[in-house]
This record gives sequence, structure tokens and C-alpha cells, in this order.
Amino acid sequence: MALLRVTSPHAHGPMSTPRVMQQVLLATVPGVIVLTHFFGFGVLVNIAWACVVALACEALALALRRRPVAFYLKDCSALVTATLLAIALPPYSPWWLIAVGTACAILLAKHLYGGLGYNPFNPAMVGYVILLISFPVQMTAWTPPRGLGELPGIVDALQACFWPARFDGTTMATPLDIVRQNSSLLLADLYARTPQFGRWAGLGWEWVNLAFLAGGAWLLYRRIFSWHAPVAMLASLSLFAAIFYDGGSSASGGSPLFHLLSGATMFGAFFIVTDPVTSAVSVRGRLVYGAMIGALVYIIRVRGNYPDAVAFAVLIMNFAAPFIDNYTQPRSYGHQGRREDS
Amino acid sequence: MRKIFDFHGGIHPPENKHQSLGGPIRDAGIPPELVLPLSQHIGAPAKPVVAVGERVRKGQLIAAASGAVSVPLHAPTSGTIAALEDRLIAHPSGLCAPCIVITTDGRDEWIELEPTPDYRALAPQELLARIRNAGIAGMGGAGFPAAVKLSTRPGSSVATLIINGTECEPYITADDILMREQPDRIVEGVKILMHLLQPGEVLIGVEDNKPEAIAALSAAAAGCAIEVVSFPTKYPSGGEKQLIEILTGKQVPSGGLPLDVGVICQNVGSVAAIHDAVVLGRPLLSRITTVTGEAVREPGNFHVLLGTPMNYLLARAGYQPDRNRRLIMGGPMMGFTVPDARVPIVKTTNCLLAPSDAELPAPSPAQACIRCGLCAQACPASLLPQQLFWFAQAREFDKLERHNLFDCIECGACSWACPSAIPLVQYYRASKAEILELRREHARAEQSRARFEARQQRIEREEAAREARRAARKQAAQQRAQTEAGAGAGDEDPIQAAIDRARAKKAAQQAGSSDASGERDKLEKAVVTTRTRLDTASAKLQQARDEGSDLVEALQLGVDKTRAKLEAAERALQAFASPEGSAPQAGEPADAAAAAIARAQAARAQAVTMDPAEKARSQLEGLEQRLEKTRARLAQGRSSGEEEKIIVALEATLARLEQQVSATRDQLTAMERS
Repeated sequence: MALLRVTSPHAHGPMSTPRVMQQVLLATVPGVIVLTHFFGFGVLVNIAWACVVALACEALALALRRRPVAFYLKDCSALVTATLLAIALPPYSPWWLIAVGTACAILLAKHLYGGLGYNPFNPAMVGYVILLISFPVQMTAWTPPRGLGELPGIVDALQACFWPARFDGTTMATPLDIVRQNSSLLLADLYARTPQFGRWAGLGWEWVNLAFLAGGAWLLYRRIFSWHAPVAMLASLSLFAAIFYDGGSSASGGSPLFHLLSGATMFGAFFIVTDPVTSAVSVRGRLVYGAMIGALVYIIRVRGNYPDAVAFAVLIMNFAAPFIDNYTQPRSYGHQGRREDS
Repeated sequence: MRKIFDFHGGIHPPENKHQSLGGPIRDAGIPPELVLPLSQHIGAPAKPVVAVGERVRKGQLIAAASGAVSVPLHAPTSGTIAALEDRLIAHPSGLCAPCIVITTDGRDEWIELEPTPDYRALAPQELLARIRNAGIAGMGGAGFPAAVKLSTRPGSSVATLIINGTECEPYITADDILMREQPDRIVEGVKILMHLLQPGEVLIGVEDNKPEAIAALSAAAAGCAIEVVSFPTKYPSGGEKQLIEILTGKQVPSGGLPLDVGVICQNVGSVAAIHDAVVLGRPLLSRITTVTGEAVREPGNFHVLLGTPMNYLLARAGYQPDRNRRLIMGGPMMGFTVPDARVPIVKTTNCLLAPSDAELPAPSPAQACIRCGLCAQACPASLLPQQLFWFAQAREFDKLERHNLFDCIECGACSWACPSAIPLVQYYRASKAEILELRREHARAEQSRARFEARQQRIEREEAAREARRAARKQAAQQRAQTEAGAGAGDEDPIQAAIDRARAKKAAQQAGSSDASGERDKLEKAVVTTRTRLDTASAKLQQARDEGSDLVEALQLGVDKTRAKLEAAERALQAFASPEGSAPQAGEPADAAAAAIARAQAARAQAVTMDPAEKARSQLEGLEQRLEKTRARLAQGRSSGEEEKIIVALEATLARLEQQVSATRDQLTAMERS
């Protein structure tokens, strides 16, 4: 029998791309559970429907591009995109909103650029921003969290998605909106008087953020990604918030803790900023990339007009990633210059 | 306790070393045939010094080193030289290469050895020569000649001598078992190197997964200035550069040698071989090779003669060929697959790995790179493998070089870590080969450009020298003319001189003494060559102008001169061609064509005045002349074997002319009759 001829190395490590994707999916579970607890079954309906649409779009794109459909579907990257997008959308969104967002994410942001690994922009965030700009009313309609109103049941949730005309939900401003629009109350008074606030930040939101933080910490422990980009983002966001906190006056942008536990901060830091395809590659590059996103998140949250800023900040820095790469190449062994340790 | 440094990256693959450590070193025995490739090391292949049919004894030189970076080869046992021929060797490309084939006689008869137990009496050069003559090439796997590595440049001192007992690659235990069983050989060898190099410190580096080896070496080295240093197990800490960083904290400069940071490294196997070579006088004839993998029933370490066919050794370990689809020389990270189990064991064969399919499954199809960066975290050279992969796919060679592709040591850590199973190292090898080929091509192009420019300069120089000689001759001639003809004829210009010369020639020809057509040819040739020269000179001038060269003025001068010469030559030719042989005067037709027209007109005018009979007569005369000429041409053509169609054409012309001649003659007789 002829001997096989292959080049070294002959051994391979245990990690595989489908496993990376599955672990990311797994890490969203605590966040999704807490979101569902506070906002009801709409969250799960969002995710389920987005996954169906994403798999269909992925299969269609792969078939059109004449790639082996089953082989690439198995990498689970479409499911990750769909899940992340669905988590970012308001619960009880209509089916078409989710479908448009997911289709844009998979077809426009991913496959038009050459599929997994070649997309310059985070697909989930592209889908989110397209929806936010095109359908601002639907995209800013967040139901009040548990404790501030009656949560729809599972039947209502399905109806909200697939028969939106017969769904009559209530919506309420998010804590980030309230702080941005506040111009008359000290923050302490605002916290005391507004029911949307909890102990440190928005009611429910603080727990959602802590749950995503837990999921991210687990991914870090599993070495799915390095700590550099998320930690840099959280640090720079806190730093900016601290600088402009001014003791909680009526013009304050909110405390560092408020920003860390509001909106999509932790979700963005551990599930969006860490997307390796669209971020900078080197250790120093990822520090710069994360820190710039943190700064942009603060600026857009406080000065911008949108409910949250993570999507815009990430997309802007996606543009900058190749530029950052160019200036943050690590010093190789035996070369002069700055030593870089990870 | 010494400070241990860490290097960037690295991985922790399953070690799989226990399988082959179950027993002591076994002797593989003497196979019926040994195949010894002439190139078992880095550098020039050795040159055979034996003939087919010659009987050799164990330890006898059979091939000598050829050049500075080369090592000799010795007969591993006694026997007869069976062949000097190309055989399949252990090479990733499945190459055949020149080998010496020995049919063994099983008697294992030694030559006379020259042991030197007191090596301290030897001068460093003599010691180096013994190491070199023993044929020792780095036995850790790279095969760099040991003596070359040990020759320090004058003035450079060795701060640290590092003995590499790391053996970080999974599965391999050849060095481990050597350190466990024969630590004295290693320590004695190290002492020889200490005597040779006088290093500031001596360290034996061993990974902490070999406690038995560390204990054995420490015991053997007790009481001398050799420190056994253990450090955490991590692949590839046994890479020379990585080991130097671990033990000294220094990095070997990119493209440099360990000696640049005052370090010399040797593998423990090489050191043991140096001990044998110097103290016992024995050349390198055998080595310890690990045979392991699930496709062998009794894995272990073997003391094996160089040149032993792999299948002979594998059979000793209970090889099961049906369970084995790839046979790897070296380890699973950097080893390469051999094309056939009959290839021989060489000086660098530290391991034969015969894995089952379940043990090392065939590589799965590569998926898309998601730039996760696990490869960059694993890279011991602090490169960005994902970027290198990206550039290698796009064949962006300049970017590859800027991202330090050539600092890649091909350890395979990136490929091992890659979740998308991309064969990264393969991309880097291919790109390196392509870049090296491009560099060679570039060097070739540079060389031919330099050669072309040198040639141009030489031609210009020669031209200038010729010009100078010509000018000198002309001046001499003028002076002669002046002295001969007095002051009057002194200041005529070259044109006038040429015309005069032509006129003189014409006069001579008219006097019947000169060969006119020869002279004409010469003048025509002069015009043609001068015109060519003018063209080249103008082209060169244009080029110089385009390039803004400072030669423009000189070249302009040359062009002007050549143009003047061309004019002179043309006028000379014209002067020669004009029927009166007179100098060009006012009213005279300016060129040869005009002159011909004028002549034709004159002839016509004359013809008009002629009466018809006279005209016919002259015509006949002309025709007869042409006829005569054509006949002569035809005869010449036939005798010289000219082409068929030319002969045919000439015959046709001849027939036509004959017809015309007879017609004209008839006409003339008719005219005369009337």
C-alpha cells in the first residue's frame, strides 16, 4: 500500500471553528435567560425566527455561490449571527423586521463580501443598523420589563411576531433614553422618581448585562478569545463616563456603573467587539480597537440620537481595523523595537 | 535556582512519550544491506573515496567532506561496497540521491582506532578537526555540521554553551533515553566542548517532563561547572532560538547566529557523538532512534546503524503495515512523511513514527479563516500567522516579507492551533520558496544588467580609443601634408580633402590604372557604415537626453562629427559617380539620382538626333552585351550550384534576350536594305 504523503504538522489541536461558534452560542444562554425573564418570550421567538431565516439565507447564498452547503452550514456561523442580531432587536418585533435584518446580515454583510472570514463589517451589526435607520419606530419599541407591566405570554409573543396587526403591546422609554433626555433632575432624583431604574442602572438591564458578562467570562476562561478588546472597551467606556459624570448633575451623562450595566454594553463587549473577523488582529491592535469602541459608545450614547451606540461604534471601528493592523504589527522574535507580550 | 525566561506563544500538544519509554535501548542489529546517502547533513554532499567491490571495515572513511560546510561518511560495519548509485532517500519530496550501498558481512571488524583519552593535550584546531573527521552533524534533526557550529570567529567569545536536551516534540524519546542511560557520555562530551570553547557558563536544558533524565544528568555532572536547568514543558521550547531565550532571556537577531549573542548550542546526541569521536576515536556510525506509534507493537528506542533500511528497523519493533498509512521521520509537528519504508536511517533520524489512522487522522478539509488569532497566540516567533496566510493567498510577497515571513521556523504550532484546520505551514513554505525563487531571478536580472552596462561602457571606451587613434593619425597625416606641400595646402577641410582624393582616384582610373568598380564599392560601403554609426550615435544621444545623463554634450559632439563624416563620404561617392569626375560645382545636380536623370536626358537628346538605323545598331549592341552578361551569369550559376529557380529565371531571361537580339537584327537588316 502506498504511504500517504502530507506535510507537517501531522497532529492537530482539539479546537475547531464549529466548536468555537457553538461555544459562543452556549455563552449567550445566561444572557438570553435573563432577557427572557425580564422581557418575556418575545426574546426566544426573535431568536428562533432569526435562526430559521439565517439558515435559509445562508443555504441560498452557498447554493448560489456553488459551495458545499452542508459543509459550510455546519460551521454554525449563521446561527451565531442570527442569535446576536435577534438579541439586539426589541422583543415582540414583527416577523418581517427580523427577516429583513437577518437577510441583510447574511446576504449583504457576509456573502456579498465572500462569506465567513471575508466580511469587513460585523454582519449582526450591519443588520441591526439597517433596521434602525429604516424602521426607527419598530426598532425603538421596547416593552417595559417585568415589574413595570404585564408581560405577554407565549401565545401573545408568537402573535406579535407572525400576526403583528393583532398584537397590542405597550412600550416604554429605556433608561438610556431617559438619562439622555433628562435636563432638569439630578441623577439621584431621577433614579428615585423613575420606575425604569433599578439599583445601579435600568431595571432588568443591569441583570441582563451581568448575565452577558458571565457568559463572556466563561468564553475568556475557555480561551475562545483574548481579553484585550473587551476589557479595553469597558475600561475606556468607564473612563469617559467617569470624566463626564460631574457628580450626577442634571447634565451628567451617567455614572460609569450606569454605562457598564446599561443597554448592550456587556453584550457588545463580549459578543460583538470580540468578533475576530472584523476586529484588529494583534494584541496591541485589539487594545486600540476596543478602547476606541468604548470611547465612541460613550460619545454616541450621550451626544447622539439613537437608543444605543454599540452598533455604530463597532461598525465605525470595523472600518478602522485594517488601519490599526498596519500600525500595530507585533515585534517578531529577533527584531529590534518594542517587545510585545500577551 | 536560575531565572527561567518564557518565550511568546507555544502550545501543549499531547506528549505521547511514555509509549516508547517502556524499556532500555535495544540494538537493532546489522541488516544485510546498508544504504548511506552522501548528503545526510546541511551543506555539500560528501565525495565517495571507495570503489565498487572494495572491502571496507567498520569505521573506515568511505566518503570525504567536500568543502567547508560538509562532513565525511564512514562505513557503519564491515562489508563490501555493492554499489555507488542513486537510491530513494528520506526526503519530503521523495527524491533519489547518490548513495553508497554496503553489503554487510556480519563480522563487524573495526579499523585501527586512535583513542585520545587525554584530549586536553590537543590544540583546539586539532580537536575541531577530529570532530569534523568523525562526520558529526547535528543529531537533533537539522543536521548542521557540528564542527562548523563550534568554530568561533577569532575575537568572539562564548558566554554560554547550551546543551539541548529539550526534546519538546511529542512522541520522540531518543534524547531522553540517552540522557537517562548514558549521562556520562554526555557530560564527558560537554567537558571536551568546555575545553574547546572556554565558555563563561554551561547549561544543559531539559524540559520538566523528563525528571529521570534530569536526575541522571545532575548526578553525572555533580562537581563540575555544568548546570542542568529544567523548565516548563511547552512546544517548541527545543527550537534553538526558543531555548536560548528560555535560558538566557536573549533573542538571536533575525538572520543572525546564536554566536551573535554569545551562545553556542549543541544537541545532547551530538555531544555524546563528540565524546566518542575524541575520546574513543570512533566516527559517527550509529544513533539512537525512537520507533513509536500505534502501528508498531513494541515501541521503543533502538541503537541503529546509519544506513539501515527503515523497514528493517520497523520489523524489529513489530511493525503492522496494514495499520499504518503514513510513515513519519521525526515527530508529528515537524517530521515529514517518507515515500517508502525502504529508505535508510540517516544521521538526523531521531524518530520513526508509524501512527494508526485513529491516532493521527488525515487532515480535515480547511474551513474559512475567521482570524480568531489562536495562531498568533501560538506563534513562538511573534508573527501574525493569520495575516501571513491572507497575504500568502493573495501572493503579496512584499507584505509577507514585511510581516517577517522568514522568521517563521515552521514549527507548526499555528497549524496545530488553527480551528479551521488550515495547513498554514504549507502556505508559508510555498511562499518562502516562491520568494527565494523571485530573489534568485532578480539577482540574475541584476547581474545581466550589470554585464550589459559593462559591455556598453567597454564598447564606448574602445570607440573613444579608436576615435583618438584616428584623430592622431589624421593630425599626423596633415602635418605630413603640410611639410610636403608647404603652407598653401594646409588648411583645407575634410570634405574638400575627400573630394580631392576621389578626384585623384577618378583621374587615375581614367588613366586606366585603377579598378573603378572596387573603388566605388569601397566608397559606398563607407557611406553605409558612416550612416549606421550616425544612427547608433543619435540613438545613444537620445537615450542620454532622456535619462538626463551628463554625457549629452560629449555625445552631441560625436554625432556632429559623424554627420560631417557622412556628408563627406556621400559627396566623395557622388564626386566619384559623376561622369566628368569633376568636383561638385554650382548648377551641377546635387544627388546621384538627379545625375542619372540628367544623363538619361542627355542620352535621349542625343538619340533623337541619331538616324533610326544608327539607333537600332546601338540598341543591338546593348542587347548583345546584356546577352553576353546573362550567359556568363548563367554559366557561373550552374557551376556554383545556384538555386533551381534562379537558374530557371536566368534561362528565361536569356531566351527573351536572344529573341530580342534576333528581332532587332532583322529590323536592322530590313532598314539597311531599304
